Amino acid sequence: MTDEEIHNEMQTVLVEEFKVEPGDIAPEATFKHLGLDSLDMVTLVMSLEDRLGVEIPDGELAGIERVDQAIDLLGRKVATRA
Amino acid sequence: MSALERRRVVVTGIGPVTPVGTGVDAFWQSITAGRSGVGKLEAFDTSEYPSRIAAEVHDFRAEDYMEAPDARRMERFAQFAVAAAQLAVRDAQLDPDRVPPERVGVVIGTGIGGISAFESQASVLAEKGPTRINPRLVSVMIPNMAAAQVARTFGFTGPNDCTTTACAASGHGIARAVELIRSGAADVCVAGGSEAAITPLTLAGFCSARALSKRNDDPEGASRPFDAGRDGFVLGEGAAALVLEEREAAEARGARVYAEISGFGMSSDAYHETAPHPEGAGAVLAMRAALADAGAEAFEVGYVNAHGTSTPLGDSAEVAAIRRVFGEDADRLAVSSTKSVTGHLIGAAGAAEAAATVLAIARGVLPPTINYETPDPTCDVDVVPNVARQADPDVAVSNSFGFGGQNVSLVFRRCP
Repeated sequence: MTDEEIHNEMQTVLVEEFKVEPGDIAPEATFKHLGLDSLDMVTLVMSLEDRLGVEIPDGELAGIERVDQAIDLLGRKVATRA
Repeated sequence: MSALERRRVVVTGIGPVTPVGTGVDAFWQSITAGRSGVGKLEAFDTSEYPSRIAAEVHDFRAEDYMEAPDARRMERFAQFAVAAAQLAVRDAQLDPDRVPPERVGVVIGTGIGGISAFESQASVLAEKGPTRINPRLVSVMIPNMAAAQVARTFGFTGPNDCTTTACAASGHGIARAVELIRSGAADVCVAGGSEAAITPLTLAGFCSARALSKRNDDPEGASRPFDAGRDGFVLGEGAAALVLEEREAAEARGARVYAEISGFGMSSDAYHETAPHPEGAGAVLAMRAALADAGAEAFEVGYVNAHGTSTPLGDSAEVAAIRRVFGEDADRLAVSSTKSVTGHLIGAAGAAEAAATVLAIARGVLPPTINYETPDPTCDVDVVPNVARQADPDVAVSNSFGFGGQNVSLVFRRCP
């Protein structure tokens, strides 16, 4: 799965579940800027875990603030998926 | 402090979000014209339910009252409450920036709270397990979140409370707000109630309790308080908020005053979980306590906005209670049920009906009890049958009685 495909999955969740404007979802955009708070981040991670078939321990979310950081993390998880 | 010198409380704003209209004028036109808000229940498939009708709010768009991210973080009952508060504050022409926020309290009652989140997440738990539960489940479903969201919306940092006495919740909420203003804990309160519990589980629960009308072929005729053919209430949803202010402060800012809330009374049937006391003993206590608190005599009361849910037992018990409280005066008393038009808004009913009562005083018109065709000898009072009536009651009473036997009566008085 490419970074672009991961980005598309994230965009789908952000738009459908969090009503974010697609045009706002730039790589350097912060989730905070997109209107997500800490509880929303938990929900976002749950949705992406289900869609991508990965698991992200809470500890690994620390420091993830921007869309591109999240895509990097997800990309690594997808690559090591059993 | 004696009754003479205590702080007095007036109603300066009204915000209804109901199945028969949003905003004062739409609501008032519907309840006085007797336009029923009951229809076939559309929110979900009801083919397996014995009762398939409801009073739904069809035209509600949360984004008309709040930012989309805020709306996303609220259950429908909290969205209704924020909308009702917005409408009430606007109606009161109260500029939230011109009152000290710590002097503004919020009390929003609800009977059931965010049960739709509870239902959907219980399904998630069964299907996907505990790791997929929405992290906002608890915060969106707890009943006090409506009052919290109203405070957050306006930045009102005064006392904040939630009353949860089922169908009496917002009657108790208004009483609580009156206490807050009288005691000096607040100068202004946004008080009312909200409910959005037309869900598969709630409907099933009320059906199993044999509480709901099964007049599925005649939705508009299903809520028929005091009529001999009544067979249960109609589940409704919505919200209503009142802006209450300390009287002198309201007058000082030149506020339009609808009426004074001059008293309230509360009681318990101490009898049964759902059935009313057959002689309305708790209702008698609540009405008597309210009149005493208001310093009003029974003969002064011109109108009672009844709890009047359209259940066979409840309406008879309420009329029995009214007869005991008012004695011979009951024969010239007008008693109508707004639920005949709106259905039963559960935790929002008391506030919506307080709004109807206040408007009846302010506008000199008594809203009718619709669907009244066949008199019931156990409900032998003047129910203002089917057609609104001009009248100028100086004092009016609004009753709310909840499952659990918790009762509250509010007394309103015309302001000179």
